[in-house]
Amino acid sequence: MSFLDTVRTALRALLKNKMRAVLTVIGVVIGIAAVTTIVSIGQGATELVSGEFEALGTNVILVLPGQTRHGGVRQAGAPTLTAADSDAIGDACPAVLASSPIVGTAGQVVYGNENWNPKEIQGVGADYLTVRNWKLEAGGFFSEGDIQSSAKVCVIGQTLIPKLFRTVNPLDEMIRVNNVPLRVIGILKKKGANMVGDDQDDVVLLPHTTVRKRINGSPLDSVHAIMVSARSTNQMAIATRQIELLMYERHGIGPQEEADFSVRDTTEIAAALGIITGTLTLMLSAIAGISLVVGGVGIMNIMLVSVTERTREIGIRMAIGARGKDILRQFLIESVVLSCIGGAIGLALGTAASMATTMLINAYKPGTEWPMVVSIPAAFVAMGFAAAVGVFFGYYPARRASRLDPIEALRYE
Amino acid sequence: MALIELNDVRRVYDLGEVKVHALQSVTGKIELGEYIALIGPSGSGKSTLMNTLGCLDRPTHGSYRLDGEEVVTMSRDQRAKIRNKQLGFVFQNFNLLNRTSALENVELPLMYGRKLAPRERRDRAMEMLSKVGLADRWHHHPSQLSGGQQQRVAIARALVNHPSILMGDEPTGNLDSKTSREVIELFRELNEEQQITVILVTHDQNVARNAKRTIVLRDGKVVEDTEDFVLAKAALDNDPLLPDV
Repeated sequence: MSFLDTVRTALRALLKNKMRAVLTVIGVVIGIAAVTTIVSIGQGATELVSGEFEALGTNVILVLPGQTRHGGVRQAGAPTLTAADSDAIGDACPAVLASSPIVGTAGQVVYGNENWNPKEIQGVGADYLTVRNWKLEAGGFFSEGDIQSSAKVCVIGQTLIPKLFRTVNPLDEMIRVNNVPLRVIGILKKKGANMVGDDQDDVVLLPHTTVRKRINGSPLDSVHAIMVSARSTNQMAIATRQIELLMYERHGIGPQEEADFSVRDTTEIAAALGIITGTLTLMLSAIAGISLVVGGVGIMNIMLVSVTERTREIGIRMAIGARGKDILRQFLIESVVLSCIGGAIGLALGTAASMATTMLINAYKPGTEWPMVVSIPAAFVAMGFAAAVGVFFGYYPARRASRLDPIEALRYE
Repeated sequence: MALIELNDVRRVYDLGEVKVHALQSVTGKIELGEYIALIGPSGSGKSTLMNTLGCLDRPTHGSYRLDGEEVVTMSRDQRAKIRNKQLGFVFQNFNLLNRTSALENVELPLMYGRKLAPRERRDRAMEMLSKVGLADRWHHHPSQLSGGQQQRVAIARALVNHPSILMGDEPTGNLDSKTSREVIELFRELNEEQQITVILVTHDQNVARNAKRTIVLRDGKVVEDTEDFVLAKAALDNDPLLPDV
């Protein structure tokens, strides 16, 4: 029997018993819909968790100046890193999201008759907020142009507001840092304490050129550190490697020579995150697997019933010349068709359900931005799985049908 | 060379504790174009012989040559091919596929045979249906046809691949006497006009009388093989277990 005829025969057999076909399909629909929904929501959860982790700075890599050696004497904190290095890292490394030079200083901030000693007064680059995954509460951030011109502007953290300004809106007010007047152009969102308990909001950010030239008065073009963020926590290792290679090249360091910089990342946290997301994925796969098995067993049940019910039909087909192969194929195609139809419907339902769930979560828990993940490859995998389930669970009944003895099958009542 | 050559064919069913000898030892020949009735009391082995001749079953001993080819050593698939090409079956309960039109039922053997274009398949099936006088009922399902009509569809299905042998297992068993006569007439026509070998298993003496040769079986053995129905009837009625009257 040709393949096309077999398909047609299988379809006709299914249409002859619509109720049975529908019930079987429902089993698969539930299975695939469950898989799709769970995977979609789960991926959303994974993304959300990774996002939260990245907000903590798990994807941040620090490039620090190394020790230079002059005739066997090592000297720490040598001025080996430049703002140009930072720009190059940001531009040339594909796994790097953004990069910013850091120039530190300390001092007193004065506004009117109030003063405050912030924990950090830092000169940074225009991409600093991207690197830190930090947002502004109000105002803007300084531009490339401000950096070029060592503009006298700054952005302040939340902690400074009650200390210096009280009820005054700080935007566009002038403050003085070590007697350099700076205009406040932006206010950072509250970030809270970091992992060792330091208040991260107790900060004043300036263009790194402004700190270097106007506050520190340094003649050198060096920066204290370069802060880099990888595109994701997963890409930390790759980003680190890319930065190292780039820096070797830029600083002309041969394979035998000691590097004049060091690259540090938060590998420990990244590993923890890896375990969390890995566990999530594993759990999802297990649930998805169970749903598929349930759907598959449903198909197998119905196919077995179908084989028994149609024993006589099988006998007739065999008597007029159907080979075991023909019977096997007919039943196998029936089950694959059933599971594929179920798969397609399940996929559509599952996608709709995951969209609805995502919207519900976002509506009932304001503040969470649960991401909606509908991945096309996952859809294909689901369809492939549906077909595989059809073949796997349809094979046994089909084989049983194909092995029937024609005489007994014909006699079957 | 005869169409069918049986040589010491035996069929033993091994039921574990007991062995049932359904066919003890059958030897014989059937030529192309013969019209044979297989008769005998229940359990005489006529159905087993029929299934063996029809390549549905394999003898446990002996040799069965169909058209010169040994069937006993054939695989399942080879026998399926023989059933498709050389044999046509008609059953007591018609054995048509439910909820499938008469035309599709007749087309079925063509689908399992060599590849034919759907169009040609349809045409051939239609031609067969008109030969059995049911061209205008091609779209009817079995449940919408009378018993006689169903059996005629079954005959059309059996003949659509132009087999050399048509086998009937009690083909008139479920028909009233009038339609029985029509079906018997159809068998006779096919045999006389198209030289199709007809082998029927039957209880119906009217059917048996119509055949040209009658083989009587009892306890898995051929007890009479004759062209004279009177002798066959005598052999059938002569039950050795009953005292002579």
